[in-house]
Amino acid sequence: MTTPAPYRVVTRTVEAPDVATLVLEPAGDPLPPFSPGQFAMLYAFGVGDIPVSVCAVDGHRLTHTIRAVGAVSSALHGSRTGGTVGVRGPFGTGWGLDHAAGRDLLVIAGGIGLAPLRPVVLAALAAPERHGRLNVLVGARVPGDLLYASETDAWRERGARVLVTVDRPDARWNGDVGVVTTLLGRAAFTPSDTTAFVCGPEVMIRATARDLVDRGLDADRVRVSLERTMHCGVGHCGHCQLGPLLLCRDGPVVTWAEARSLLRVREL
Amino acid sequence: MSDGFLGAFSDAHRERLLSFARTVSFPAGTRVFDEDDPAQRFWVLRHGHVDLDCHDPARGALVVETLGEGELLGWSWLFEPYRWHLGATAQDAVTAYEFDADPVRAAIEQDARFGLALTRSVASVAIGRRLRACRIRLLDLYRPTDTGRASAGGEPR
Ligand SMILES: Cc1cc2nc3c(=O)[nH]c(=O)nc-3n(C[C@H](O)[C@H](O)[C@H](O)COP(=O)(O)OP(=O)(O)OC[C@H]3O[C@@H](n4cnc5c(N)ncnc54)[C@H](O)[C@@H]3O)c2cc1C
Repeated sequence: MTTPAPYRVVTRTVEAPDVATLVLEPAGDPLPPFSPGQFAMLYAFGVGDIPVSVCAVDGHRLTHTIRAVGAVSSALHGSRTGGTVGVRGPFGTGWGLDHAAGRDLLVIAGGIGLAPLRPVVLAALAAPERHGRLNVLVGARVPGDLLYASETDAWRERGARVLVTVDRPDARWNGDVGVVTTLLGRAAFTPSDTTAFVCGPEVMIRATARDLVDRGLDADRVRVSLERTMHCGVGHCGHCQLGPLLLCRDGPVVTWAEARSLLRVREL
Repeated sequence: MSDGFLGAFSDAHRERLLSFARTVSFPAGTRVFDEDDPAQRFWVLRHGHVDLDCHDPARGALVVETLGEGELLGWSWLFEPYRWHLGATAQDAVTAYEFDADPVRAAIEQDARFGLALTRSVASVAIGRRLRACRIRLLDLYRPTDTGRASAGGEPR
């Protein structure tokens, strides 16, 4: 396993009560460039390391949005500006935006799943001539958990159809209520000519992918990002095995055609 | 839009159903129906959104789901006792096909094929899809874990 490269935290933005976005800058030699959908192993010194996707790449700077769920993610989430974290990577397959060239795009995110999909949205907005209509469908638990709230209006202004729904509205919410799949009927896409990118909790991914196939998308045009415990990042340790796939190397992004049967079997 | 309630019908059955329709508009905030009122009409939304709600004496109208373009608003008109289970309010300006339930119910009785097509569409597109969505919501997939909540110092909800 390679030694983590030291990166300095240059900004920390609070996105939600338990979610923060860190912008990291190399304190020494930079790592090779990351593609959207790939992930880093982020190391909180003295605590441990976890896989975290890139949510923006800007030169040698890396941006990660982290939700505090346990020891390591909480330590990273709590990093202070000026502090140092260790980074290994880039690891895994990317979203493969090239697969979507010329087609309508459906970007479908549940909860923190919007983080790895954000670079897809930014890339698609930066080169609108490369694809058809861009739809961004986002589901969150409560309005306060919606990520990148300050950016989504700008995505709309730049031509994306952004639809947002929450499971539990609060008194100030006047938007949609329901799970993210209920937004599909309102997205603008031609099923036979669409590529979908889906990320979120696995139950949400399965429900969304099935719904997309029911609506006429080819299973190999539905690209999903799967999470399993990852450790080495390079396909050696086997922690992230799903059937024949080692998700840190063969994933995390795979097509629904590949994932469907593997997720149906409980333990392989 | 990719599909909707009407997309589930054959051309002939869709035409038959639409022969009962008139186009209506509701300004934002219009109360379309109230819980427990007789369900004498139904709608297929063409533009805009409608919130379905349930009244709680302490908290007022709690929105449980939003319906949008292409979706069926109301299915209680199809099953006895023909009363609304929820209330509905236009979230923004809405245009819809509006149907009176009586003649559509009569057509269902007279023409079994049309009746089956309509009942199937209501069951699969409206009730089935919404039931699946509702079950997923029950799982509360995005809930914070206890550790995360504590360490992040957030407020319990
Ligand atoms: C390829 C890949 C990309 C990822 N990208 C991101 C990202 O961009 N941002 C991000 O915040 N996370 C991301 N994750 C998830 C992140 O790696 C986990 O949250 C982390 O490993 C948890 O480690 P921990 O030590 O903090 O918690 P642990 O001590 O391992 O777990 C603490 C508690 O949290 C639960 N838990 C663990 N993982 C998750 C999870 N993913 N969601 C909800 N509960 C969980 C556990 O069941 C346990 O109850 C990604 C995971 C993978 C595999």
